[in-house]
Amino acid sequence: MKLVTAIIKPHQLDEVKEALESYGISGMTVSEASGYGRQRGHSEVYRGAEYQVDFVPKVRLEVLVDDMDAGSVADVILKAAQTGRIGDGKIWTVPVDDVIRVRTGEHGTDAL
Amino acid sequence: MTPALLPAADTPTINEAATAFMLVAASMVLLMTPGLALFYGGMTRAKSVLNMIMMSFGAMGVVGVIYILWGYSMSFGNLQDGGSDLAGIIANPFHLFGLSGIFEDGATRLIDPFGVQVFIPESIYVGFQLTFAVITVALISGAIADRVKFSTWLVFAGIWATVVYFPIAHMVWGGGLLSGSENGLSAKLFGATDGVANVLPIDFAGGTVVHINAGIAGLVLALVVGKRLGFGTTAMRPQNVPIVMLGAGLLWFGWFGFNAGSELAADGLASTVWLNTTAATCAAMLGWLLVEKIRDGHATSIGAASGVVAGLVAITPACGALSPVGSLILGAVAGGLAALAVGLKYRLGYDDSLDVVGVHLVAGLWGTVGAGLLSTSTGLFYGGGPRQLVVQVVIAVASLLVSGILTLAIGLALKAIMGWRVSEDVESDGIDQSEHGESAYELSGFGGGRFGTGSAVSTHSARPAKTTEGASA
Repeated sequence: MKLVTAIIKPHQLDEVKEALESYGISGMTVSEASGYGRQRGHSEVYRGAEYQVDFVPKVRLEVLVDDMDAGSVADVILKAAQTGRIGDGKIWTVPVDDVIRVRTGEHGTDAL
Repeated sequence: MTPALLPAADTPTINEAATAFMLVAASMVLLMTPGLALFYGGMTRAKSVLNMIMMSFGAMGVVGVIYILWGYSMSFGNLQDGGSDLAGIIANPFHLFGLSGIFEDGATRLIDPFGVQVFIPESIYVGFQLTFAVITVALISGAIADRVKFSTWLVFAGIWATVVYFPIAHMVWGGGLLSGSENGLSAKLFGATDGVANVLPIDFAGGTVVHINAGIAGLVLALVVGKRLGFGTTAMRPQNVPIVMLGAGLLWFGWFGFNAGSELAADGLASTVWLNTTAATCAAMLGWLLVEKIRDGHATSIGAASGVVAGLVAITPACGALSPVGSLILGAVAGGLAALAVGLKYRLGYDDSLDVVGVHLVAGLWGTVGAGLLSTSTGLFYGGGPRQLVVQVVIAVASLLVSGILTLAIGLALKAIMGWRVSEDVESDGIDQSEHGESAYELSGFGGGRFGTGSAVSTHSARPAKTTEGASA
């Protein structure tokens, strides 16, 4: 099994979610995140005092998938999240030892 | 306006229109302090917003209580017969101590402070003046945000109101040194006729008493208390800009009670004051935004809110003496000046956290001095010659000196006796937790813990009893 994690622009979330649903992914976890990459932050001015805001708001989306789906799920996210402008985010995939469904106690791919 | 020191007429009759107006005006001015609390609270960091708001509410508590006990007596106890006045500086604090003296046969006396045969109950005059004392003290708190012990602040609020505010209010409005009475500075400069100074100082609603006074006190306290940790190096972004705007809106609304109410009658001048207040405030907002757009590239929300307050401050002393166009000019200059002045603290290195100096002191000085230029009857620009301007500068400088020196003495004394600062750990973790045991926002829902550990929750009845049934469920 694999964990696909994507950091995306917040306003791309709906598109990514819909793309994943039509691919057949039945669940995901989303959290608010902040950070920067090459995009860096922006500056804000309050009463003449300028502040550099480095961490910009992002969404972190996590999906647990079977090994064979990992590549295509990453592709689906990539296509839906891409705007071509700086700050689109990153996607990575890591192996997962085990997954347990809390309600039933099922292990492994049965729990996906 | 300078109250005339005349005893009440033989058979005073209540002016019900003026009384209704004053009941509303006093309530509006009272609302300004919670408005100020939001204005300031939105601009602090999220970890200290409650402390900022509590500094305003704390001032309401302390100053409200002492105003009833001795504040009114110290400022205005000489207005009705039987009161005395010490060298134009204070009235006798014990003459009307606890206010029992304002009741005759169980009913409040009637008072006509301007000697114009408009009688209102003295109770609401006290109430109106009480709200002014409260907000003046609360204004100072913005200069020392995020870092001061709540206990020291409350003690300061009581001492400062007693030693600084009540005397200055007496000097300006109670027939003292800065008023148009024959013993005032103006009469000493340019003479008096029939007991009234030839050049009446213009301070309609409190440019000297409230804004210059609070502004210089803020500057002095910011210096005595010292800078916040990380001032000038770390980002201290306002935590909630919409509540800053809401606070500015409440201040603007309440300020009509403050300015128009200072006429003490629902009449033509009160109406003109309403209009002038609006004119100056609108122009000041644009003045501030214009400076920001040119200097920083954006017209900001906090700039608009600050411009509104700068305009209200500047028009406060002048609102009864100017034309609407004169008010537009006074306001536009006030907004621009204050927008430039808020940068001073970074250049000069004092941490006036929420710009009490930049907004209240600078706009208050400009409004008081500007009245000498733009007064339609006596202003320099209206052919009135320089005498009004001189008097305005004198009362402004006198308020600066009196308030500055006395605030320094109180600030240093409290520093030695109680200490001003919370510990560095508390300051960096957030003062709300340590001083008030609360947090302003609970957004995550991940607080954890359990209910019922406090003293208000009885350990015997409120906590669910552990029964066999409960344990097995």
